[in-house]
Amino acid sequence: MADRILNLKSIGSRGLKNAVKGNEYRREASISYGILIIGYILLSLGAATGLIGHNLQGQFVPICVYVSLAVSLNLVVGISGELSLGHAGFMAVGAFSGIVMERMLLAHMSFEPAVMILSMLFGACMAAIAGFIIGIPILGLRGDYLAIVTLAFGEIIRNFMNVLYFGLDENGHLKFAFNHTIEGIENSQRIITGAIGATGTKTISTFNWGLLLCIFTVFVVLNMKNSKQGRAIMAIRDNRIAAESIGLDVRKYKLMAFVVSAALAGMAGCLFGLNYSTLVPLKFNFNTSVLILVFVVLGGVGNIWGCIIAATVLTILPEAFRQFADYRMLTYAIVLILVMICTYNPTIKARVTAIWNRINPFKKKGGDKPKKKKTGKEAA
Amino acid sequence: MAPKDKRDEIRETEISETGHTYENRQEIYYNDNVGGRAVFVDSKEQYGPDEPYNDQVYLPEKDKGKAPVLEVKGLGIDFGGLTAVDNFNLTLGRTEIGGLIGPNGAGKTTIFNMLTKVYEPTRGEIFFDGKSTKGMTTVDINKAGMARTFQNIRLFDKLTVEENIKVALHHTTDYGLISGMFHTPKYRHEEFRIRKEAMKYLKIFGMTKTADYRAGSLPYGAQRRLEIMRALATKPKLLLLDEPAAGMNPSETSELMETIKEIRDRFQIAIFLIEHDMNLVMNICEGIVVLNYGRVIAKGSASEIQSNPKVIEAYLGKSRGKMEEEEKNEDIEEALSKGKLESAASGKPDAGSSGKEVG
Repeated sequence: MADRILNLKSIGSRGLKNAVKGNEYRREASISYGILIIGYILLSLGAATGLIGHNLQGQFVPICVYVSLAVSLNLVVGISGELSLGHAGFMAVGAFSGIVMERMLLAHMSFEPAVMILSMLFGACMAAIAGFIIGIPILGLRGDYLAIVTLAFGEIIRNFMNVLYFGLDENGHLKFAFNHTIEGIENSQRIITGAIGATGTKTISTFNWGLLLCIFTVFVVLNMKNSKQGRAIMAIRDNRIAAESIGLDVRKYKLMAFVVSAALAGMAGCLFGLNYSTLVPLKFNFNTSVLILVFVVLGGVGNIWGCIIAATVLTILPEAFRQFADYRMLTYAIVLILVMICTYNPTIKARVTAIWNRINPFKKKGGDKPKKKKTGKEAA
Repeated sequence: MAPKDKRDEIRETEISETGHTYENRQEIYYNDNVGGRAVFVDSKEQYGPDEPYNDQVYLPEKDKGKAPVLEVKGLGIDFGGLTAVDNFNLTLGRTEIGGLIGPNGAGKTTIFNMLTKVYEPTRGEIFFDGKSTKGMTTVDINKAGMARTFQNIRLFDKLTVEENIKVALHHTTDYGLISGMFHTPKYRHEEFRIRKEAMKYLKIFGMTKTADYRAGSLPYGAQRRLEIMRALATKPKLLLLDEPAAGMNPSETSELMETIKEIRDRFQIAIFLIEHDMNLVMNICEGIVVLNYGRVIAKGSASEIQSNPKVIEAYLGKSRGKMEEEEKNEDIEEALSKGKLESAASGKPDAGSSGKEVG
């Protein structure tokens, strides 16, 4: 016991707050799943009782999509510690390949859950491949340079979609081209028409699928965080040189985080694509990437349940206050600045924490309890 | 050693033409630590002729007959025009504790960085466990069985103490990405095993109670110990410790001394350490190498090192009497250099002996 007290003394009161990290994963997981399920129940109830209007009900699937996008981006930004600005690109890959897969499958079978799952898996695979191809050359870069290059690749993917043409011919075979006409097929059977995007998609996405996707994404990301691979990724984030010195292949694990994140974004993109009968590539521009990053930053970098809340709130709010929609981007900017000030300015952070401690209803629950015991012993 | 670059070729031709060995004629720019300027030093003049034990294999009795774990031959590195380390030779036994000491800026950490391939050496060869480490990366070196700690602590600050060790057990943890993502029974089995193993290491260092603390929040001494634990968890054959006792108080240092010995006895590995704490070095190191200005100035056991005048000079400076003596000797040295030229003209290849006569 003595050495424990000794250690605590030298850590000091400030260090104590962050010192004990035991069972954090379990706590994080239960909070995350709890938020997802409570959110689902609340939104469903609201829709059933008519409290939530029709417009907002239309946002249920996008909310789920943005939640899983934010969680998957957190794998790169929070856990791997690299800034990626091309997440919408992987979302686009997932969306359009998912749409193509859906149209092909619907020609042969009508069992929607199977179509949905297969499309999502296909979208994930294609996005993973895209992530792998992009990841290999750029993951030698760090920090700002990586952010710039991912931004460029995100735009490249979107522009690539702009000239992509997919269609089904009479026999149900898939055809694709990079110019305006696809030979031998009717206009009505086109799946993706360049900049006009995907048209005539059968919308099979539902809120239930959205919840499943969110749970799946959170499950994968949290599990990965608490596994051999996740530890390696976080170790590389914390200290690259030390990670190499204990034999961790830095590129391999950075690439792993990037590819898994891209695959999950592809799944979310697929759900998004199958939610609209018409989808233009312009939807997946730089603004969307930034939007997802905003969810991650607002929710807390590396904090899974935080970005779930951020994504939900920031998708509902603009919809709920539609009359102020013009000021949406302005509000974003102001909120971002406020969050950064409150998080990174020590003086203001201390004040905000003090206010929060005063009004916090859960003050005596959870993490505070063991700390108090220890400080008691320390004093004795 | 085959000539590696132009410098070596020039040296070779010089030796064959003049009959002088390179060491005799060598004029090296060393980094002057105090002013940061390059100082012109003739190594021969400063340190005298090469000591016979410089290239001798120094092995403790118990390691004789076994192949050494580390063999370094003529290791050297240049940074631009600056020779940071030159002609470093070392043989380290299987279970030896070796010490590397020297004043600040002598090139000790540079040698560690070359051994672990953070820097690629300009000259010389390193044989680890009988194999040349040429072309290996830092990662390969660790996989081959060499682990190190750092002078400025490099922990995974945001991971817990236990996780820091689990990361080091990465290569012995046997499950793939899919198992990691979906937490299959295999994952659970392996995680349970490495948790027990991590606890084993924590027990050796008496840190089991801090297992769930963030590594970055630990006190300094505990961080040092955690770093050693992490290196040890990669199951090395050779452990390189870069100033393990830095920032520790005397009681922590003596505890560390016992721990280092215990590590060697329990895991039967070789340990090579850099340290400024002479008490620690003299007490636990079986062989000590002293480095100054990137060159080895003495090698031997603790008692040999302590009584070596060159070591005392490197640490404390020259005595006044010796400096006066050297001033008197200037004329003689001039005569010596003339003598060298004469011997070169007459084609005598015996330059080393002329140096010895003067010394």
